[in-house]
Amino acid sequence: MALLEIIDASKHFAATAAVDRVSLSVEEGEFFALLGPSGCGKTTLLRLIAGFETPDSGRILIDGVEMNAVPPYARPVNMMFQSYALFPHLDVAGNVAFGLKQEGMERRRREARVGEMLALVQMSDYGRRRPHELSGGQKQRVALARALAKMPKLLLLDEPLASLDRKLREETRLELTGIQERVGTTFLVVTHDQEEALGMAQRIAVMSRGRLVQTGPPSEIYERPNSRFVADFVGAVNLFEGELVAGFNTLSLKIAGTDQPVPLPESVDPPAGARLTLALRPEKLVLSRERPAGFALAATVDSIGYQGGQSTIHLETQAGLKLRASMPSAAAQHLARGIAVWARWAPEDAVVITE
Amino acid sequence: MTGLGIWAKRALIGLPFLWLSVFFLLPLVIVAGISLAESADAIPPFKPVLSLTSTGLHSDATLGNYRELAEGCLRACANSLLYAALATLICLVIGYPVAFAIARAPGTWRHLLLFLVMLPFWTSFLIRVYAWIAILQPSGLVNRLLLAMGLVEMPVPLLYNGFSVELGLVYSYLPFMILPLYGSLARLDDTLIEAAADLGAPPWRVFLGVILPLTLPGIAAGTLLVFIPAVGEFVIPDLLGGPDTLMIGKLLWQEFFDNVDWPAASAMAMALVAVVTLPLLVMQRLVAREARA
Repeated sequence: MALLEIIDASKHFAATAAVDRVSLSVEEGEFFALLGPSGCGKTTLLRLIAGFETPDSGRILIDGVEMNAVPPYARPVNMMFQSYALFPHLDVAGNVAFGLKQEGMERRRREARVGEMLALVQMSDYGRRRPHELSGGQKQRVALARALAKMPKLLLLDEPLASLDRKLREETRLELTGIQERVGTTFLVVTHDQEEALGMAQRIAVMSRGRLVQTGPPSEIYERPNSRFVADFVGAVNLFEGELVAGFNTLSLKIAGTDQPVPLPESVDPPAGARLTLALRPEKLVLSRERPAGFALAATVDSIGYQGGQSTIHLETQAGLKLRASMPSAAAQHLARGIAVWARWAPEDAVVITE
Repeated sequence: MTGLGIWAKRALIGLPFLWLSVFFLLPLVIVAGISLAESADAIPPFKPVLSLTSTGLHSDATLGNYRELAEGCLRACANSLLYAALATLICLVIGYPVAFAIARAPGTWRHLLLFLVMLPFWTSFLIRVYAWIAILQPSGLVNRLLLAMGLVEMPVPLLYNGFSVELGLVYSYLPFMILPLYGSLARLDDTLIEAAADLGAPPWRVFLGVILPLTLPGIAAGTLLVFIPAVGEFVIPDLLGGPDTLMIGKLLWQEFFDNVDWPAASAMAMALVAVVTLPLLVMQRLVAREARA
């Protein structure tokens, strides 16, 4: 049985549905990410699980127990707040001990647990500090230690890395996965950062406008997006919209911006004339100066975005179709603005989206 | 920083110092001086404390006024402290939930409620206290209501006693408790309350463990704003009090204007300053400690 089971939950604020008929289950020990742009309802969903909001309809079960009527303080979940919400009047140890005191844990055991938790997040030397004396990264660690101290079955993390700077974010992401593996607690992370979700989670649910649009492991979300929204939101993508045309023995796509029919991966078989979208990741696009055999689009380099190891090449065909390619910067060295190139890709690298 | 900057800075700090010295410290020193003088039938009605005679500087300072004070107005002093402390406590008990409700009310309501709290300031304080006489007197609103409902057979003595003084103090100073409490409650971060609940604290423990300690500065400010003026209050015991409810402010008035004993009145004023300064220092220490956190 799943640890967390959300069945058809909805939550409206005035006329808008923040969470719209969401069903979701999270397994014990899983590192699960809710990914979506701001305002998609992911934080509301998290607050429904924590008990700060009650669903208008639907049910939330934790460990098989219905939670709808259970107040936040009686739920077997803890939350790490985006703002960390550390108590300013208590020192670090006092913050970590707060939840344990509510349990009525006896003093010696409590102190031992606080010590353990601070050691887990490498903050052992900071027990007597007040929150305002800590850096952002240190506050984040204390918040994590405080949320883990009660050893909840499910830990909810609201944008845990959002207020850290980039370098620290990378480190903390690794640490967070390490800690999750060590303590074995189920983590449910809310994030708007696709890189974060792809890098941390074992499974991702992508949310848009209150609804779950796709749920699956990171590779599936990235490689096989099931909608334009997911393809576009998770990573960069080239989207070709067009009409299906029948060829000699294969189907291809007639798109605006080029006369050439674009080949499709073999697995597709909607009827001819159907409109569909082809999604292609920029790194799947291969550029060459000479015309290759088979399908290729002629384009000119519009601009090159240097990002260190990788470079993004923006291309445009004569008819105005814009393309985006990504490659190691070393391979992009011979390219420059205005150079004519041929762009091609293996048909099976593109994903057909039919919605 | 340039030399000019330093001087500008010094002037900036010096200005309030000058102000306080001229309008606060100097009068206080004069009052302290008078409190050491002997009463006399003269203008002004006391003998000079220091006088320059042919034999040199001569001092007539006496602690007699303070000795008299210790005997004469101990009761008024105790009354003042008691009434003021009780009024402060009642204001806190009433004011905290009111401030809490205002701070949690939706936006438009919040402004309206705050406006209502401040509304009494639009009328003269004196008139509002007079109004209580009309309400509390034997033929007043409350007694007529009680009689009409048959709850009492004779008018209840509500006026010119400890009850009416206390009521007047609470009524007059309640806004001074509510406003600073509202200030610190409105600043309270809601996620802290949610975090406490999330960590397993039921509502009453959220209040004791998080809300109360974080609003301590507001409680301290409100307590001072009520207690200090209430201790020295003159109008309320004068209008609503009786012979048993003598407060130090009233006594001071009597000594000054009725008995024309300026030295005794000055000694009393100094005693009042001493009484009020102590809780002020304690509170300030408390607030400073919280503010550092």
